[in-house]
Amino acid sequence: MSFLANIFARRQQSSSVAKDRLQILLAHERSSGGESGESDLIRQLHKEIMEVIARHVAVDQDKVQIKVDRGSGCSMLEIDVEVPQELSGKRTS
Amino acid sequence: MSKVLVVTSGKGGVGKTTSTAALGAALAQSGQNVVVVDFDVGLRNLDLVMGAERRVVFDLINVVQGDARLSQALIRDKRCETLSILPASQTRDKDALTSEGVARVMDELREKFDWVICDSPAGIERGAQLAMYHADMAVIVTNPEVSSVRDSDRIIGLLDSKTKKAEQGEKVDKHLLLTRYDPARAARKEMLSVEDVLEILSIPLLGIVPESEDVLKSSNVGAPVTLAAPTSLPARAYFEAARRLSGEKLEVSVPVEKRGFLDWLFKRDA
Repeated sequence: MSFLANIFARRQQSSSVAKDRLQILLAHERSSGGESGESDLIRQLHKEIMEVIARHVAVDQDKVQIKVDRGSGCSMLEIDVEVPQELSGKRTS
Repeated sequence: MSKVLVVTSGKGGVGKTTSTAALGAALAQSGQNVVVVDFDVGLRNLDLVMGAERRVVFDLINVVQGDARLSQALIRDKRCETLSILPASQTRDKDALTSEGVARVMDELREKFDWVICDSPAGIERGAQLAMYHADMAVIVTNPEVSSVRDSDRIIGLLDSKTKKAEQGEKVDKHLLLTRYDPARAARKEMLSVEDVLEILSIPLLGIVPESEDVLKSSNVGAPVTLAAPTSLPARAYFEAARRLSGEKLEVSVPVEKRGFLDWLFKRDA
């Protein structure tokens, strides 16, 4: 139904298209883009965490994933580092 | 307790200067001491909109750099004696403003006035950040149009991170002023509605200023719309917005002109 509604609505209701486009765009920009304080913080965290890890292990930059989920109550910072296989043995010695 | 208010938007041409002049005048007309400060260095226009362009001798930069005293640069409005303007410089560039100098001038203004209203330049660069840095409150001027809403969202992010309040772990009190609104087009779903913009930006609504020829007519003659056409729809919207800024709880309504039957018959869409 919503598919049909969209087809018929598109011609008259350009405002709802505008609203949808904005909501998608801003959801993306708020979490990743721009010069907002939060993204500055994330960039800084990313850099410093990488420096600490690099001091001990050689890690490929591409194998690190950092994600932030902004919730209403709190935000989650998720850091996923892929460590090379041979290291798990070496570390214990 | 004096308040520093920044009028900002990110995007240019949405009505920052018009709104600064109109809100400043409306607050001053209610008897409060108001100064409007133009931060748009190099592209000053607040003096022109306020009709004070031929009375500018010293400007914000002269005061910031210590070349003039604040009292020498302030221009008192001829129509409303509780309203003053501190103009920006037209010739110097924005790097002439130092953060320390601006801080000193803002402190001095706080002592003299109930309201210090800063007209921000467009953009998100240094000039805009200096204008918002000392603010207790912010009016975000937004048009019901995609690029303006997007830029307002960006500015809200900056207000939450690059202001003195934010650095102290507090929040700037943010208000949305929707300008150039056309209720008829919004009703036909050709324009983002008030509800749409509020849902996207999620900050409280200060007022809805309708698109109106009275705004241009007022700036043509160099007067805030609240002084030049006090009974017009935009002026009424600004008066109500000013009362809300002063703390009154007033319902925000979509401004519509009351028309007679014949007007309605012949000028439906006018």
